[in-house]
Amino acid sequence: MRWFWIDRFTEFVSGVRASSVKCVSLAEEHVDEYFPGYPQMTPSFVLEGFAQTGGLLLGQVNDFQERVVLAKISSAKFHCLARPGDHLSYSVTLETIQPDGGLIKATSHLGETLHGEAELTFAYAPDSVVQTEMFEPAEFLRMLRIYGLFDVGVDQDGNPLKIPQRFLDAEARVMT
Amino acid sequence: MPTKQEVFEKIREALVDALGVDEEEVTAEATLVGDLGAESIDFLDIVFRFEKAFGIEIPRAELFPEDILTNAEYVEDGRVTANGVAELKKRMPFADLSNFEANPLVQEFGNLLTVNDMSRYVCSKLGVTE
Repeated sequence: MRWFWIDRFTEFVSGVRASSVKCVSLAEEHVDEYFPGYPQMTPSFVLEGFAQTGGLLLGQVNDFQERVVLAKISSAKFHCLARPGDHLSYSVTLETIQPDGGLIKATSHLGETLHGEAELTFAYAPDSVVQTEMFEPAEFLRMLRIYGLFDVGVDQDGNPLKIPQRFLDAEARVMT
Repeated sequence: MPTKQEVFEKIREALVDALGVDEEEVTAEATLVGDLGAESIDFLDIVFRFEKAFGIEIPRAELFPEDILTNAEYVEDGRVTANGVAELKKRMPFADLSNFEANPLVQEFGNLLTVNDMSRYVCSKLGVTE
């Protein structure tokens, strides 16, 4: 199973905010099996969706040069259940970016209803801890394309985001 | 320029958010680790919140001098040497190291910093005197 916890981005403004959607399906094992007989999207996996949405928002600020890792869930509250057939909308804002990482705030909604809210802390894994890239560049670009990040991503002036050249080069090498 | 009290209030708010503690628990004398339950990863969160709240840059080594505490030049048999303590005092003029100096066990250092130390540190960065 791949570690996809959002279906796609619906908005992505570099360094500011991102929105994504997650459709909850009974066909997903974690929905069906986590609480047998009571299928639902558990909050822990919603937090994974927040982390992917926010982690990519933070990582894009430096063209994905930093190794962004989820360091801490500072707070999390969930107000209702997300059930099969539901459509979760995640909204993330980048609260602060610092040399060592950043903080995000995230919410999930079911229609107009607030479903969950959280604050997450991310750290950049330093070279002393991790010596290699966390993701193979071509594979990482494939994930970003699947998520539609470059379909909706814009900079703060509204210009479309460009795919980093090193990702395109890596993709080209895989193709040949 | 904020007052010392305003700095303290913002620090309290940041610590409540970062550590999930009640506002009443965040007293001036409370230690971050012993009383408020901060763990190592929380210090990253705390630094981010201070930087955002006060618009300052905080080199982590100024608040949490791990480089000194892991340096063989300053540590012997789990205790910080006199030179090491002198280095800590130079690095952290905002912290009261008198108790630590009496029994400078490295493992006890994490339990040294108080909310008041955080206030003094931020006030020194901002130039707040009143």
